[in-house]
Amino acid sequence: MIELNHIKKTYSKGLVTALKDISFSVNHGELFGLIGPDGAGKTTLFRILTTLLLADDGTATVNGLDVVNDYKQIRNCVGYMPGKFSLYQDLTVEENLHFFATIFGTTIKENYTLVKEIYQQIEPFKDRMAGKLSGGMKQKLGLCCALIHKPDVLFLDEPTTGVDVVSRREFWEMLRKLKKQGITILVSTPYMDEANLCDRIALIQKGEILSIDTLAKIIESFPKDLYAIKSANIFKLLQDVRSYPGVGSCFAFGDALHVTFNNSSDKDVIKYLHSKDHTDVSMKLITPSIEDCFIHLLSPSI
Amino acid sequence: MRSLFFLLEKEFRQLLRNKQLTRVLIIAPMIQLIIMPLAANYSVKNISIAVVDNDHSTFSQKFISKITASGYFKLTGYVASYPEALSMVEQDKADLALQIPINFEKNLVRENSNKVYVAINAIEGTKANLGGAYLNSIISDFNSEIRASWPAGAMIADAPQIDVVSSNWYNPFMNYNLYIVPAILVTLVTAMAVMQSAFNIVREKESGTIEQINVTPIKKHIFILGKLIPFMVLAIVVFTLGLLVAWLLYRVVSVGSLLVLYISLIVYLFATLGLGLLISTYSSTQQQAMSLSFFFINIFNMMSGVFNSVDSMPQWAKNIVETFPPSHFIKIMRMVVMKGSGLSDIAYHLIAIALIGLVFNTWAILNYRKTVE
Repeated sequence: MIELNHIKKTYSKGLVTALKDISFSVNHGELFGLIGPDGAGKTTLFRILTTLLLADDGTATVNGLDVVNDYKQIRNCVGYMPGKFSLYQDLTVEENLHFFATIFGTTIKENYTLVKEIYQQIEPFKDRMAGKLSGGMKQKLGLCCALIHKPDVLFLDEPTTGVDVVSRREFWEMLRKLKKQGITILVSTPYMDEANLCDRIALIQKGEILSIDTLAKIIESFPKDLYAIKSANIFKLLQDVRSYPGVGSCFAFGDALHVTFNNSSDKDVIKYLHSKDHTDVSMKLITPSIEDCFIHLLSPSI
Repeated sequence: MRSLFFLLEKEFRQLLRNKQLTRVLIIAPMIQLIIMPLAANYSVKNISIAVVDNDHSTFSQKFISKITASGYFKLTGYVASYPEALSMVEQDKADLALQIPINFEKNLVRENSNKVYVAINAIEGTKANLGGAYLNSIISDFNSEIRASWPAGAMIADAPQIDVVSSNWYNPFMNYNLYIVPAILVTLVTAMAVMQSAFNIVREKESGTIEQINVTPIKKHIFILGKLIPFMVLAIVVFTLGLLVAWLLYRVVSVGSLLVLYISLIVYLFATLGLGLLISTYSSTQQQAMSLSFFFINIFNMMSGVFNSVDSMPQWAKNIVETFPPSHFIKIMRMVVMKGSGLSDIAYHLIAIALIGLVFNTWAILNYRKTVE
């Protein structure tokens, strides 16, 4: 449904590289997540796929249409929700929806079934100016406007950034329902915890894809045993574990350290920590989270 | 075409909803049109004059009363010595100092010639120039008057004089309003058309809505038309109200046909809205658009012959002004309003505006494509 082949993009006449040689594909009816920190190149990728930006090199197709040559047809069959709220703040909820329906040559009535469930949540505020809506409602209206022409592919650029936890969950629930209606969805997010809501994910960092797979497979591919180590003094613990010779990687995660060892059965570390005056030391084997995988992929050398 | 209708529906809805803006866009130009012609008047009046009369004769008295009776001069000082008069000029109490010499009458009668001395404060150039010129014409008038009053034959030996008699065509009473009101109306319409169209498009860039519009099948030229048409309508409304104010307040009524005026206005708006569009393609924030359009508006106002004559500018400046749409439209306005010129008379200026407009719009559309796609 979406195909990218060796897409490259630089800004400032080649000085800043946004995307280096990106290739992947999204299948029909898939909910595909693009996960990476701010500045990873997610928005640039979206802008290329929605025909707003030309890539320096490489080709891409959406729905079998080339993003450069067939941009006009693409604009008819995709829905795009930019990361920044981009509806008319001085038009009401209803007027925004009406406007976007009409410029696609359709009406609200015609595709109401598609947006009904989402629109009903904001309908009580249909006469309110879009600029006066809360963050979550703005996102819902944005989604309605992106859907009102019944697109085949939906591009959502960080739809849950800055939205409260409840609205975020609701939003993902809506995406699942849309997926069931056969709409292919490419969604980006900086939140790792949303990865398990996608069918497949691509981890992206500094314009490069680090890994593409289902969440389970990515976690499976974590190459070492991962341990969580705790003690009473977490700050000192971090310094001491890092100075321990057999440690491969060590990062703080909440109240514990996630540690891998070069020699995977290195149990002497407990003794070592006791010798460093740590109390309440515990260590147990854990399943890596998506964050662990991401950090591992960022620095595979350790 | 259907999408143009929906775009216009949206634009007008947004425009009319912004009551503060609509009010300012319509009322502000009217206030300016009411105030500016009254204040910015070039016909110099109330020139204060200090007189040093060293003669105290009937002739000098007659001379002074002739000056004050002209209506241009206000006698602010009748002093005993020239230094006193000059100090009045220094203190800004007088613009001119006039010295009438001793034996003014005697010499005039006996020797048939005399000299008066005039000192002019040249800080305010125009006032000084015009004041000096007025005074000169009064003096020469006075001259011929006394000649005429002398017995016939006494002056026969004198050289015959050529007297220039002029009449002011198209503006017989030299009514300054007739000259300035149409020009000020042009500057107001220009400022509105250029700035508002530029700001409106840049606003879509700034708020990111253009992003959302660009992924829709709306064609570029339809989008641009949707932006320009509302401001063309608004500019026509402002122009019409301006003509009403000119009629009600200044009694300026167009001698020529209104149809010619409106045809010219539409051609003119094509050019100025094109400039606004061009500015918008080079700006990504409203502040940038503001600075850029302010630059053009200022140059237009100062150089397009609103107050001063373009013909007296140096050649290089004239060449530049030739590319300014307002200079042509101001000429058209004056020709039609004062002379009643028809389309064939203003053809040169109309074609010039159309060509400039074509350049602005083509340039803008080419640049718009490049930046957005």
